[in-house]
Amino acid sequence: MSALLSVQGLRVEIARRGRAMTAIDDVSFEIAAGEILGVVGESGAGKSVTGTAVLGLLERPARQAGGRILFDGRRIDTLDEDAMRALRGKEIAAVFQDPLTSLDPLMTIGDQLTETIRTHLDLNPAEAVERAARLLAEVGIPAPRERLASYPHEMSGGMRQRVVLALAFSCEPRLIIADEPTTALDVSIQAQILDLLRAMCRERGTAVMLVTHDMGVIAEVADRVAVMYAGRLVEVGPTASLLAAAAHPYTRGLMASIPDLHRRDVELAQIPGSMPRPDAPVPGCAFHPRCPRALVRCASERPPTFTVGASEVACWLADPVARSAA
Amino acid sequence: MSGGKDTLLSVDRLTVRFDASPSLIKRLLTGARRRTVHAVEEVEFEVTRGSTFALVGESGCGKSTIARTIAGIQPPSGGSVSFMGVDIAGFRTRHAAMPYRRNLQMIFQDPYASLNPRWRVGRIIAEPILTHGLMKRGVALDERVAELLDTVGLAPGDAAKFPHQFSGGQRQRISIARALAANPAFIVCDEPTSALDVSVQAQILNLMKRLQRERGLTYLLISHNLAVVAHMADAMGVMYLGRLVEQGDAGQILARPLHPYTRLLLDTVPDPRAPKRARARLAGEVPSPLAPPTGCAFHPRCPLANARCARERPLPLRVEAALVACHAVEEGRLPSRPPANENCLATSGDAA
Repeated sequence: MSALLSVQGLRVEIARRGRAMTAIDDVSFEIAAGEILGVVGESGAGKSVTGTAVLGLLERPARQAGGRILFDGRRIDTLDEDAMRALRGKEIAAVFQDPLTSLDPLMTIGDQLTETIRTHLDLNPAEAVERAARLLAEVGIPAPRERLASYPHEMSGGMRQRVVLALAFSCEPRLIIADEPTTALDVSIQAQILDLLRAMCRERGTAVMLVTHDMGVIAEVADRVAVMYAGRLVEVGPTASLLAAAAHPYTRGLMASIPDLHRRDVELAQIPGSMPRPDAPVPGCAFHPRCPRALVRCASERPPTFTVGASEVACWLADPVARSAA
Repeated sequence: MSGGKDTLLSVDRLTVRFDASPSLIKRLLTGARRRTVHAVEEVEFEVTRGSTFALVGESGCGKSTIARTIAGIQPPSGGSVSFMGVDIAGFRTRHAAMPYRRNLQMIFQDPYASLNPRWRVGRIIAEPILTHGLMKRGVALDERVAELLDTVGLAPGDAAKFPHQFSGGQRQRISIARALAANPAFIVCDEPTSALDVSVQAQILNLMKRLQRERGLTYLLISHNLAVVAHMADAMGVMYLGRLVEQGDAGQILARPLHPYTRLLLDTVPDPRAPKRARARLAGEVPSPLAPPTGCAFHPRCPLANARCARERPLPLRVEAALVACHAVEEGRLPSRPPANENCLATSGDAA
């Protein structure tokens, strides 16, 4: 089975004061058709930059400095702007954190939907309006036909994010890049939007790259998780097993630092220090200065990816040679 | 409510309303009416010295308005706030309010917005000490600033730097050092870790707990994050549309919530330790505080609502260590609920 999206050895550099800083460092992962991959990490880990690179929306001073991005077996990182624009919105759609930045404040919801639909699909105006109304009904907007005439500011944050989902699904994309789609919303609305996203993807077999900082969101919707740290992937694996028993010391530390509703009065685990910034890269494993179990080689040799159970882990502790010797 | 002997802060029938009316001209021309935002309605609670009281709720429920009222930034429309037995609305002059202000400090959500970018960290932290006339400029003050920086886990040399030279977590440490500078009894923490990454959040929450143990501090914690509240709070109040629907012992409320809103809110929190669990959902959205529903404000979204709920506002009722404002609780119509931990493991509602 070939992957729908395949990112191979992606490298993104950001030029600053004549120097190239590495924001994404040799990142490889795949998303199968219909699969929801959660990409999780803290601020500055490079998760949004990765999503932006897949969408072909990297802007100066950031640029792709290496690697390949394949969509449905076809290389897309070398496409010209027109070809990429035809792909975006049709085959690959995007959902961002703030619905107000995705929606045009001066256009009605109906105009925005029909514009997107008619750009990518061969429909006449009446058919496009029909499709737009059906989409609004599907994302749970009451009185969809009347709502087509509404402007974004006339709706609540949750309703706007529903419109953004309708827009993303309007041309039946095969992949959606969702960057913190529920971060600006309250928990009850977040749950509604995540349920909706999952249901619509399952129904249509749409794959999702879900970028988030929230392990709770990952637990709700993702089939697999990719954990990023300092521009690198440190661990990729199935959601349930990764959340229950993370293999990488960073993932473990991250999980232990999340307060638990059901276990009060325990000291939260702290990861000492902070993530290295791209202008001060760390040799070897990027996590070694903060790692409680760092080995000597971690400071000098970058760990390759080892297979541990169903997960892929970039950590010397997972090295089968070292483990059998120990 | 009457203040017990170790009650530090007592909030009594606090009401805050905002006028959101169209302009007079518009009202005259179009016949539009005056409109009032009911931000906080008759809220009552007490905070015990040395404890943490948390207010939770979704955006617009009025929790930050209460924090601002207690901090003296927002005058109340009705009711009172008394701190150490003194009604804060009674202060006629800035001078009279000074001892109160020294004892009450605030930490805000956004450490990028709450620190003056043009001041060095040393000056930011020294300001409250100088404002309250606790010390004069000099070596002793510099030493005090260095000691405060050390207390929050920063280096004494950081006093010479500017806020932009620090990360978000470090800036929140600076905010905490500033809040501690005047040796307050009480700190209002409005979403102190909402802008931070989880690993940094853990550092700040641990620091806040350690400071509370060492200094006997009292916290009012405003948060939308129930896991943070579970970790920090001794007592908590759950707010919905300007009212407290349930308050009391945090352990009891989290383990055995009674109000249907509290129950649904707890069910809705995504739990990284219980992937894809099946559970009830909170349907609909919070109604506008411009026109709150009649009766119980939660009744349009409540699975247990009946005709009485739509008509009559429920009054707080004591159940063990909590106060609950709900007719279903009063009438014994509340379904039993499996304990929280079992609930998480019950069903793995997968890929449906």
